[in-house]
Amino acid sequence: MGAASTMSEGTTQEPTALKRIPHDLAVALDPEARDAHDRQWTPLKIIIWSVISLLGGLSWVMLAVVRGETVNAIWFVFAAICTYLIGYRFYSKFIEKHIVRPDDRRATPAEYKADGKDFAATDRRVLFGHHFAAIAGAGPLVGPVLAAQLGYLPGTIWIIVGVVLAGAVQDYLVLHFSMRRGGRSLGQMARDELGVIGGTAALIATLVIMVIIVAILALVVTNALAESPWGVFSVGMTIPIALFMGCYLRFFRPGKITEISIIGFVLLIAAIVGGGMVNGSEWGQTYLLLDKVTIAWGIIIYGFIAAILPVWLLLAPRDYLSTFMKIGTIGMLAVAIVIIRPEINVPAVSGFATTGTGPVVAGTLFPFLFVTIACGALSGFHALIASGTTPKLIQKERQTRFIGYGGMLMESLVAIMALVAALSIDRGIYFAMNASPALTGGTVQGAVAFVNGLGLTGVNLTPSMLTDMATNVGEESIVSRTGGAPTLAVGLSHIMQQLIGGTSMMSFWYHFAIMFEALFILTAVDAGTRVARFMLQDSLGNFFPKFKNTSWRPGAWAATAIMVAAWGAVLLMGVTDPLGGINTLFPLFGIANQLLAAIALAVCMAIVAKRGLFKYLWVVALPLGFASVVTISASFLKIFSTTPGIGYFAQNRAFANALAAGETSFGTAPNVLAMEAVVRNTMVQGVLSIIFVVLSIIVILTAIQATVRAYRQRSNATSEDDAVQSQTYAPAGFIMTPPEKVLQAQWDALPAEKKIKVTGH
Amino acid sequence: MTLWAGVRAGARGVIWYLKGLLGEDAYEKYVAHHAASYETDATGLDRAPHPLLTEREFWRDQTDRQDKNPQGRCC
Repeated sequence: MGAASTMSEGTTQEPTALKRIPHDLAVALDPEARDAHDRQWTPLKIIIWSVISLLGGLSWVMLAVVRGETVNAIWFVFAAICTYLIGYRFYSKFIEKHIVRPDDRRATPAEYKADGKDFAATDRRVLFGHHFAAIAGAGPLVGPVLAAQLGYLPGTIWIIVGVVLAGAVQDYLVLHFSMRRGGRSLGQMARDELGVIGGTAALIATLVIMVIIVAILALVVTNALAESPWGVFSVGMTIPIALFMGCYLRFFRPGKITEISIIGFVLLIAAIVGGGMVNGSEWGQTYLLLDKVTIAWGIIIYGFIAAILPVWLLLAPRDYLSTFMKIGTIGMLAVAIVIIRPEINVPAVSGFATTGTGPVVAGTLFPFLFVTIACGALSGFHALIASGTTPKLIQKERQTRFIGYGGMLMESLVAIMALVAALSIDRGIYFAMNASPALTGGTVQGAVAFVNGLGLTGVNLTPSMLTDMATNVGEESIVSRTGGAPTLAVGLSHIMQQLIGGTSMMSFWYHFAIMFEALFILTAVDAGTRVARFMLQDSLGNFFPKFKNTSWRPGAWAATAIMVAAWGAVLLMGVTDPLGGINTLFPLFGIANQLLAAIALAVCMAIVAKRGLFKYLWVVALPLGFASVVTISASFLKIFSTTPGIGYFAQNRAFANALAAGETSFGTAPNVLAMEAVVRNTMVQGVLSIIFVVLSIIVILTAIQATVRAYRQRSNATSEDDAVQSQTYAPAGFIMTPPEKVLQAQWDALPAEKKIKVTGH
Repeated sequence: MTLWAGVRAGARGVIWYLKGLLGEDAYEKYVAHHAASYETDATGLDRAPHPLLTEREFWRDQTDRQDKNPQGRCC
């Protein structure tokens, strides 16, 4: 302790000029009173934490040790929530105390840069919801579904333990460090901390990763809408609904967001119901039964137009709908799981975990579980959000723990619920839906033969199970509906129909879930294209200065076209891939996301080192080390593995050799054209893997270099903004502690004219 | 009566939260900020930093700023 405290004196430059009581009232709690409250273990507090610990422990025993014939879904929920509470109360407090060291005497950017627009102090509970809506998307819903083939336990452990030790730590640190730097972006922080080489590598990696992520999200929607007139109609209707909402807000009643969101939501439900009628009509079957390639082109054209249209017309209104649907559906699913408590009939760990021959995503548990489930456990993409809007809205420094760490725990809970939903459906149906068409032939008979041929105990799929389910959910077929979204939709409808409506409502719930996922994937596609376009324009601007001007139309359109072409090419590659698409591309998505996490954690490590906190460096080094090992080894397997199912280049060689030998069909490719497509696709995927891994290794090495340099020099150099005296007060967590209540009451009682006005400039 | 008051307070809370979440209170916050910065300026320099935008102008300005500074949505 002595070493640490002397070290901190010189390093984290305690801003002695800051006052706790600048005027009439304190802007921060007395540290001693605060700590005394934390340390004071009243009998009630002891009882509550004992119950949480016991319940959490019991749940883990039920999941990991007892492993009966079936296991009840409620144990997943309890294990998750109890572990999160313990992680939040103890581990995040530890990080707060030793690494983050927030100081409420210091004004946040929302206070000292306040402009009433981009920088505006926002209530912590509102900001929590805001931040959660921005980080939670399709990722935590899709990854766990695909990883369910390994059994229920590996995914559950990784999601829960991973978030406490890695994902939430990353989000918390990036949010806090960005806030201390006036809301600077991850790219800028990388340049500041890692120098030009590391910073540039981080920037290029971010751009390439963005393209891959948008492409694969688009692939998920494509797979969900192909051959589904109902889905195409109801998701297609979101476009006119959003346009109507946009015009309403622009011209008719500006600012009435809640009102138009409710109108939009009602229209959305009408579109889902209407989709059912369209599905039964002849014209629906004639004009809206579209194949994957057509849908993919539709999304590409849509993506381009959406990204060049003004924000108010399409993006902003759909974002409101998306937020509305997200919070509502997740809440609804949580309530349904707790009430229905589905029994789960899946082995704890399946044989695919060790053989690596699973039909959903190829590869053994290590490292592929950790890249298949990215969002929900550790998601690098969050670092872009946590260094974007959120840090500019935080009221007080101590709130970053609740918003950053707590927000990520919520996303993890969503991932657990998605896992439960996927596990609750029949395993035979699960594999029939998630095996690629190359394996099932896309037919009911083919799927039944394939799934029963897997030799899974307790799985006995019959053709009628597949056709009945397809009829119930209002689809032509559910065979080989890969991508995760349709499986989750079946799971959600299976759970929801037990609560409301029975089998007759299943088709509604199924399409409700598809709509819910498509909404925020399309928003992510649109927003991702815009962000990528700005990044590209910024980089191009270094060579052609005209591109720097983002309102220069031809430049904006050209940059948008380049970005859309980039992700569109990957999307089309996935859609037409003779090997199945999602199972070859999804690992790339996870690897990309985790490498971004490694980059974000590398930047955090350099910052922690520069603050001189070497004693606690392990808090960052642990998740960074794990993410690096997982992603680099997964990348190396994808690049160097000699098993064609896993290594891109091994697959490439196998097909190239077959072509050279004059064969006209090979593996799952029925003709020469398909074989050539495999050769092309695997080459692109392999090259992308190499680019990712090289860029990430550069970033990680420069971060280690920066860390070592900081250790040698003890430089205390900081890239933080200068400390500014805060004039306001707000509590830190969701619920006020007794000392916070006292202070808050004093502020509430202060006459309005005496309250210090928050001013920026 | 107390039950009714509780229900009303709860409903008000839900509406307040929803409006905050969707960002409907942005204009109110902007007006409050503007008034505050005008007051402090008045003690010293006596000039408003910028003329106050009308509600319509504010919302247009807000989406136009989003056009120039796009924010990613997560996966």
